[in-house]
Amino acid sequence: MLKMTHLSKVYRTEVVETYALRDFNIDVKEGEFVAVTGPSGSGKTTFLTIAGLLETFTGGEYMLDGVDVSGLNDNARSKIRNEKIGFIFQAFNLIPDLNVFDNVEVPLRYRGMKAAERKQRIMDALERVGLASRLKHYPAELSGGQQQRVAIARALAGSPRLLLADEPTGNLDTQMARGVMELLEDIHREGATIVMVTHDPELAARAQRNVHIIDGQEVDIAEEPRFQAEQAASSHG
Amino acid sequence: MFFYYLQLAVRSFRRNRVLTVLMVLTLGLGIGASITTLTVLKLLSGDPLPTRSARLFTPVINPWAADSEGAVEQMPRWWGDMMSYTDAMSLLHARKAKRQAVTTLTKARIAPTKPGTYPFFGGGVLTTPDFFAMFDVPFAYGGGWSAQDGENRARVVVISSALNNRLFAGRDSVGKMLRVNDHEYRIIGVLKPWAPQPRFYALNFGDTYGDGDAVYLPLQSARANHMLPTNYSCWGPANTAHMETSPCAWVNLWVEFEHAADARAYKQFLKHYVQQQMALGRLHQPRVWLYSLTGFLDREQVVPSDLRLQTNLAFGFLLICIVNTVGLLLAKCLWRSREIGVRRAMGAMRRMIFAQYMVESAIVGITGGVLGLVFAELGLLAIRHQPASYAHLAHLDPSMFAATFAVALVASLIAGLLPAWRACVVVPAPQLKSI
Repeated sequence: MLKMTHLSKVYRTEVVETYALRDFNIDVKEGEFVAVTGPSGSGKTTFLTIAGLLETFTGGEYMLDGVDVSGLNDNARSKIRNEKIGFIFQAFNLIPDLNVFDNVEVPLRYRGMKAAERKQRIMDALERVGLASRLKHYPAELSGGQQQRVAIARALAGSPRLLLADEPTGNLDTQMARGVMELLEDIHREGATIVMVTHDPELAARAQRNVHIIDGQEVDIAEEPRFQAEQAASSHG
Repeated sequence: MFFYYLQLAVRSFRRNRVLTVLMVLTLGLGIGASITTLTVLKLLSGDPLPTRSARLFTPVINPWAADSEGAVEQMPRWWGDMMSYTDAMSLLHARKAKRQAVTTLTKARIAPTKPGTYPFFGGGVLTTPDFFAMFDVPFAYGGGWSAQDGENRARVVVISSALNNRLFAGRDSVGKMLRVNDHEYRIIGVLKPWAPQPRFYALNFGDTYGDGDAVYLPLQSARANHMLPTNYSCWGPANTAHMETSPCAWVNLWVEFEHAADARAYKQFLKHYVQQQMALGRLHQPRVWLYSLTGFLDREQVVPSDLRLQTNLAFGFLLICIVNTVGLLLAKCLWRSREIGVRRAMGAMRRMIFAQYMVESAIVGITGGVLGLVFAELGLLAIRHQPASYAHLAHLDPSMFAATFAVALVASLIAGLLPAWRACVVVPAPQLKSI
């Protein structure tokens, strides 16, 4: 489903080159739930924005659903984002002056879908996240957990092949975080492919597989001292 | 998608009411000011006979003679671009153009025959037969007079639609008698409403703008009854009883050519005529001018130079308003960068974001245009209360109405281009980084 081979991302200024990702490899199979973990600044978010075609990469190869995305223009990348990828952000990123229904409708509008089909999909997605009764509410009228559920409904409405989640519970309290995580697990059980970026080992443990990034490279966590120290700290804590 | 963009624009306006009102007000003021001055400029500089003006010309020669008072070099164009009767009639009778007419204006004292009504003054055009055909003057009843009528000093008159309404309730008055300057004239024609703006054939004789003249009389007949022109320039002792032979300029000659290119040959003819008259000792200056109708309006400075300045200033003001609107739209766009990032992440292509913001700008522009229309009407209302001869004509016509919206749309699209461009090139990734 998602395969990056020897992928690199370099930010260049006049005096310095910074590698956000270096010789990075990952292969996510269809239906997998993968957690990408790593400390702050390790390149997790850069990986996610490249995976979501929100950013280009400097070198290597990226195959998404069998398509080599490196040569695609902006329109083609937008089309893939719209049809194949669903995003879930830590800060929810709902549009404040659109109500719940209209927020979930956003990706469907750009797909040129007919009104009746849009409505059906929105209702199905909101039913799925348990917010069908809040159609007319605005984001400011919802709790953090509810806002994230709306964001998940928005991601699901377009029936994407891949769900990309960036710290989906990062802005939620424990109870709400648990609810959102259970929802993601349910969605995965129904067959969705999910790649979740998190620095929370507890959340990462609930994924099928973990990929650990340090300094822009994936590492074998069993051999990574910093990871072992973190694991030890969390087990003693 | 257009209706989706419309919905989004309305939501955006609701969210930023103050900013939206400011933008609309700014554009409205700019559009209102520019349309007001443009309307007046169009009124003053309009082509009075658009279908004919390219073929209509007026010749001008310097009537200075040996016995002229003062040196001609010190008094350029002192004769007011008018012509002496002798020269005008000589050129008329030469018949070197398709049509030609000699014109001058008078104040005619019109005495209605109806009991209980009083005499009044109206504008009178003293002219020759081709005037009506040459200027495409429309008749409601009857027609003009013949060259023979002019030669015979026939007491015939053509009256305006307004005078016919006033005296005969708009009925066919051909054959009825009208008393003008204490002489009885037989009405042979009634015009349909006709009042070219500006009144190009009367630039030296009174108001440039107006509702048209009341009566049209054969020049020779009117002179035989001692009607005087309202304006004349003399370079020697004048005898108003014998204006035809006095050293005075008091008529204009208008000529119509088959093709505008015939003007070159006519100017050559004019030069030969002047050389001939110089040889006879009548004229002393060889220079001749042949103005097209619109060229003559420029020559006579029908459009005040300060009006052009005002129009330029108004459009400068509109430009400032557009720049302000660009600033406000840009601020709004930058403020919504996160939303743009979300939309891009959800699959919006750049052109979709661009279209969304352009629709928003166009709505601001159209609303600004409506407001500009209100401001323009107020501005024209203020002008109609000014003591200027053209003031009462200052109205927004359909073409200016359309121009208002064209200006509004162009202004808003110009104003919207930069913000829409900035919006569509927003890089989504940095906008979506978790806080």
